[in-house]
Amino acid sequence: MRVDGKGRIDRSATRSFSFAGKSYQGFAGDTLASALLANDVRLMGRSFKYHRPRGVLTAGSEEPNALVTIGSGAGQEPNVRATMQELYEGLEARPQNAWPSLDWDVLEINDLISPFLSAGFYYKTFMWPKAFWEKVYEPFIRNAAGLGALSGSDDADKYDKAFAHCDVLVIGAGPAGLMAARMLGLAGLDVILADESWELGGRLLSETEEVGGQAGSDWAAGVAADLGDMPNVRVMTRTTVTGAYDGGIFGALEKVGHHGPVPNGAPRETFWRIQTKRAVLAAGALERPIAFANNDRPGVMTAGAVRTYLNRYGVAPGRKIAVFGNNDDAHRTAMDLQDAGVEVAAVIDSRDDVSVPVDAKVMAGARVVGTKGRLGLREIMIDTGRGVRPLQVDCLAVSGGWNPSVHLTCHMNGRPVWEPSIASFVPTPGAVPGLVACGSAAGDMATADVLASAARVASDIAADLGKSAPTAELPEAEGHVYAIEPLWDAGGKGRAWLDFQNDVTTKDVRQAAKENYASVEHMKRYTTQGMATDQGKNSNVAALAVLADATGRGIPETGTTTFRPPYSPVALAALGAGAKGKGFAPERLTTSHAATVARNAPMIEAGLWYRPSYFPQAGETTWRESCDREVGWVRDAVGVCDVSTLGKIDIQGPDAGAFLDFVYTNTFSTLKVGKVRYGLMLREDGHVMDDGTCARWGDTHFVMTTTTAAAGQVMKHLDYVHQCLRPDLDVSIVSATEQWAQFAVAGPKSRDLLNALLDAPIDNESFPYMGCGPVSVAGVAGRLFRISFSGEHAYEVAVPARYGDSLFRMLVAQAEALGGGAYGMEALNVLRIEKGFITHAEIHGRTTAFDIGMGRMVSSKKDCIGQTMAARPGLVEDREELVGFRPARPTGKLLAGAHIYPLDGDAVRERDQGYITSVAYSPTVGTDIALGFVRNGRNRMGEKLRMMDHLRGEETLVELCDPVFVDPEGGRLRG
Amino acid sequence: MKISCPICGDRDIREFTCMGHASMLNRPDPHAGAKVWNEYLHNRENPAGVIDELWWHGQGCGAWLVVTRNTVTHEILGARLARDVKKEMRDAG
Amino acid sequence: MVKLIAKSAAEGLLPVEVAGVRVEEIVAPLASLSPFQGQDAALGKALKKAHGVVLPKAGQITQAGEVSCHWFGLNHVMLMGAAPDASLAKVAAVTDQSDAWCRVRMTGEAARDVLARLTPIDLRDAALPVGATARTDIQHMSGALTRVGEDVWEVMVFRSVARTLVHDLTTSLETVAGIAEMRSA
Ligand SMILES: [Zn+2]
Repeated sequence: MRVDGKGRIDRSATRSFSFAGKSYQGFAGDTLASALLANDVRLMGRSFKYHRPRGVLTAGSEEPNALVTIGSGAGQEPNVRATMQELYEGLEARPQNAWPSLDWDVLEINDLISPFLSAGFYYKTFMWPKAFWEKVYEPFIRNAAGLGALSGSDDADKYDKAFAHCDVLVIGAGPAGLMAARMLGLAGLDVILADESWELGGRLLSETEEVGGQAGSDWAAGVAADLGDMPNVRVMTRTTVTGAYDGGIFGALEKVGHHGPVPNGAPRETFWRIQTKRAVLAAGALERPIAFANNDRPGVMTAGAVRTYLNRYGVAPGRKIAVFGNNDDAHRTAMDLQDAGVEVAAVIDSRDDVSVPVDAKVMAGARVVGTKGRLGLREIMIDTGRGVRPLQVDCLAVSGGWNPSVHLTCHMNGRPVWEPSIASFVPTPGAVPGLVACGSAAGDMATADVLASAARVASDIAADLGKSAPTAELPEAEGHVYAIEPLWDAGGKGRAWLDFQNDVTTKDVRQAAKENYASVEHMKRYTTQGMATDQGKNSNVAALAVLADATGRGIPETGTTTFRPPYSPVALAALGAGAKGKGFAPERLTTSHAATVARNAPMIEAGLWYRPSYFPQAGETTWRESCDREVGWVRDAVGVCDVSTLGKIDIQGPDAGAFLDFVYTNTFSTLKVGKVRYGLMLREDGHVMDDGTCARWGDTHFVMTTTTAAAGQVMKHLDYVHQCLRPDLDVSIVSATEQWAQFAVAGPKSRDLLNALLDAPIDNESFPYMGCGPVSVAGVAGRLFRISFSGEHAYEVAVPARYGDSLFRMLVAQAEALGGGAYGMEALNVLRIEKGFITHAEIHGRTTAFDIGMGRMVSSKKDCIGQTMAARPGLVEDREELVGFRPARPTGKLLAGAHIYPLDGDAVRERDQGYITSVAYSPTVGTDIALGFVRNGRNRMGEKLRMMDHLRGEETLVELCDPVFVDPEGGRLRG
Repeated sequence: MKISCPICGDRDIREFTCMGHASMLNRPDPHAGAKVWNEYLHNRENPAGVIDELWWHGQGCGAWLVVTRNTVTHEILGARLARDVKKEMRDAG
Repeated sequence: MVKLIAKSAAEGLLPVEVAGVRVEEIVAPLASLSPFQGQDAALGKALKKAHGVVLPKAGQITQAGEVSCHWFGLNHVMLMGAAPDASLAKVAAVTDQSDAWCRVRMTGEAARDVLARLTPIDLRDAALPVGATARTDIQHMSGALTRVGEDVWEVMVFRSVARTLVHDLTTSLETVAGIAEMRSA
């Protein structure tokens, strides 16, 4: 119910919303949880395993119970914590893990059979029969146990990622964070202050205490205003710092569009990568519950949460409230409730000697040991030390003490240390380089201490970064000593919950210990404690305290499990933001792309490039028809193909020749200007890296081409060889791949075609085979190379890329006039297989120069990369050698990837003779042809062998042949 | 992680690629023999602690670097241009 | 007589304007210059003499009227706005890159927020002041980013990815505009 005169909500701005199909009203400034409590809705969810009725336990991001689904359809968002969801007009929320309804959930039956579902039940119960696991057990468990579900449709919402840089990242904007951020800002440092709430102040928004002689929340608002005036301070609200990483990098999730309708273009969330020199962990502390029998009923919540609902949201979570704790902080709840006019039924403190300035009954040395109420708390059982007596209440505020939020300090393998004075863990200094904790996160519980430690940390950091922080004027604040006596398990008859979200009880932990899962990491995995979306924020310390007790060890000796990123859940969509659809990878388009697509050519991806598969013509029904026609054009007339994707690298300088001699197996320093040479490049281990041509453009200027596939790798390799091995060589290596649009013009009529476009005609003398030189192409300075990847009389002509589109259209038009036209990758592949030219299908990383019949190209007269290792034993004899394959019968099918076996005997690995790497139907030969490798293949020409494709179940009789199927003498090339 | 490139300054790790131990700079003479070459190509120290590695600032200035880092703490202790390191090695014989 | 028609890298894709940020293509001659060993000073002299610009230090650009020179990598600068004088080739490797890059200029107050979504580098005034340039990632592309004015930035990526650059810039522009709208609501 609402409490008059309390809360930071705007009572003039009502907000309608629905939950579980029913409509309610709240106010601007409410969370979904506070608005539901204001409407007396206590039951908000069902537990993970036993489907127990659950309400809110907390008022923050650590909430384990009140998980709801927001929205519907493709964009529905599961597992939203009602305690963090800002209320907005029209908000639709649905409960999860309950069917048919929240009040009446069929699987509540799990709770009754719980003796069979205790710790380790997965391992014990579903062991047998084995076949049942996949078909019966797992589907049942997945259905019964679970959090919210995804819609199954594509998420239409936009997610965003961004980078930020600062000098100091301040994590949390409670009193410590605000104090530190202001001092660091005044010192002139670039500060990012991040807080998960939409309003700065942290606990100060939830408490009635004063800071600097004014309400704590007013002091926070004042500091927030100061920060807003500092251009060097960036305040990021609704932003949770989720992880600490190497080198001062932090991940942070900003909820940009979860608090109202999202305008066009705006994302739901932004995932930030923040790079900072220093970080201040001012994340505060989280209150922990106490385990006692049936401590999970809706209406049982942390004492601090009750104060948050009352003081921040103006909501009393009950009409008659009892407070149960083991520390002084719990007493504040009773006092605040009483001041607000809410009935306090009792204050129960486990310590013997306490005094609380309230009118209510104070029961010292007493414990709550049980509760009643099926869908919500009705009654608690109190063990007074002289017997157990009931007390009727509808809300119980529990405090087992506060745990500093040490999580981020553990993200780089750091372990927190036990601090007995607060009965909890505090961060190990230096656990994350550059990050310092202060305030409650460091174990300072009184606000005065919090502010002082923040000021100290801020001035240390400022000095460290070469700035002087202004002298801290510490505002006056509460300085009471936080007195606590540990109490983990108050006992009682029935199950006492530790991990609410994963339904782990004290009994489960004791059972784990009894079964010798006594290490904390084993206990965690056996019971699943701490594994859910809250990552054990509410339960870790208590669970290991119970484990410590059960194993007879102390808590420090028992140790903690590891906190890992993210601090709170991050949607995968946020981590992968920007990488969906067209954002997934760049699309590299050639200059002929538009003209190619206009001709309906299906495009294939070659790395990031898009290249035409073939150019279909009217009447053709299969790709093979188009491909065969295009091959025929090149063999009989002329074809045009965009080869701009091949790497083009300018090698210049006095030592350019010497450098090429060192990276290629063969010699280039002797190449004449105006000539092109085929070059083979090895890796240092003696295997082939890449091949291509290299043209000598001038005395000190070479133009190297690489395969499309290896362009990036070769560029990196050349830089490596130059900088790391031969910095003595005076050479410059610059990629010019994108500068030139380059087209293959291939076929007997290629020169006729070119002469129609070149300003000065060429002939066999001016451009012999393997010649190159500058040309004028329709008035534009271009380059011409007489090289061939098809075995035909062919050229590659290049112009600056701006003219690429125009030249391609012109070349194709001319080719068509000569009875040819454009050809695609399929035809290109057939043409090169017919000629036995290799690509990376053959240069697959294990082949040597010897294997491909180019052993003699590895010059022994000079040192080059790979030369020494290429000559080692095992690389130059008894190898699988490049050969051609023909089917023994003309209709035989050849398959790439198939292996080769002797005719007799089994086709098993031990008898493997080799394999096929490239296959094509050759319209020139009239059958399938193939390239591949066979052991000692060059000496086995004409031999018949079995091709077996075990995967596809195909077998063909093949005959080994020379890998050059067309024009082995090369007469056409020189034509 | 970030690496401080001697040319570009602090840069995110995504701009770099690693090629393993910096012993690759120490390329043997072609006639040094199979044992030396085998050692050079295939055997690397893999310490739990400080190591010199070759990194390429391929998405930045294009420099190859010798990066000194701690494999246990992930701390980057320094970075130098590989060509300078190589030249020093040559000068030292 | 046939005539080849020139097309710029981002022809038909730009300009784009979203929420006060304008993205337009710049077409101008580009040439990469890489001094031969020990020729840095000589290249500086030749550049000054032929084009009036100083050889830029790492991470910087220099300018003289229409001509500018951008640092572009290890041992590598890019002359922009003029065809390289023949004297440069005596002391440096010269490669025409006029058609190799897509060069766009983005102007507007929110441009920095747009770039913060695409590049991991520090875009604050101290790290990237006016006149500073960096080779870095632009989303998934290798690129160059230069701050030419308070709110004026130049982005360069390979010509083949011009369409992807426009896509990525537009997506981020819309994101930033949408966030601004959300905040002002
Ligand atoms: Zn660099």
